[in-house]
Amino acid sequence: MVNDGDERIVPPDLVYVFFIRSTAQQVWDALTSSEFTTKFFFGRSVESDWKQGSPWKMVMADGTLDVFGEVLVSDPPHKLQLTWDVDWGDEPNPPKAAIITYDIEQAGDAVKLTMTQHTTSAIPRKYIQAGAQGWAIILSSLKSLLETGEPLIVKMEPPK
Amino acid sequence: MDTEDEAVDGVFRALADKSRRALLDTLFARNGQTLSELCEGRGMSRQAVTKHLVILENANLVASVKRGREKLHYLNPAPIHEIGERWISKYERTRLEALFDLKKALESDNGE
Repeated sequence: MVNDGDERIVPPDLVYVFFIRSTAQQVWDALTSSEFTTKFFFGRSVESDWKQGSPWKMVMADGTLDVFGEVLVSDPPHKLQLTWDVDWGDEPNPPKAAIITYDIEQAGDAVKLTMTQHTTSAIPRKYIQAGAQGWAIILSSLKSLLETGEPLIVKMEPPK
Repeated sequence: MDTEDEAVDGVFRALADKSRRALLDTLFARNGQTLSELCEGRGMSRQAVTKHLVILENANLVASVKRGREKLHYLNPAPIHEIGERWISKYERTRLEALFDLKKALESDNGE
């Protein structure tokens, strides 16, 4: 299984780079604690000890399990790599878990946050597109939260 | 990193060019392309495409990852989002989206 996040067989299908006026530790904390994720990640909370090999999950405000997986790489506050799986319900050929990598590095007086998404099996295009839009909103909201103390308020419909 | 205003200047300068907007359109259609792929059918030298990509990367409109000896290029919408956030309030957004959907629907009707 690939787990280094850099040299892998499958090229990433999404790479988003955000410069955030914050510290690496604050960005790490925002990604890994519900106190922050409930504000910028469409109300979701997260649960894990964020150690390599540990399970992690993301839960909706009403308690429904949304995303789950395993911590593949944990190097606080610089790198976090997770498998990203969802319940595909009655989807005929449920895709395999995606791999999401957060790289957090100092860039001058800001922090460069790079989010990379690898899907290891075919995922219907509508989900990829909705996901790309969702990530842009989530990460913009994270940036806003850390820089101004206020998240963005954006409503988004699930893909149909 | 540049100051915020310098960064915004960079984004507008990068977008103020037809060839660079076309490169972003190509990546929007298919993300993660190599320089050779981005040169295909563009009628432009490899050097010219490279120059445009450097400007887009400096403006953070394109992100790249290395894969072996190749470099893959990805559309990075972050700066465009930030410009939108600056002048579009959260209340206007839904109305604008509704108008944009209406415009798209009307234009596709006309096209048929």
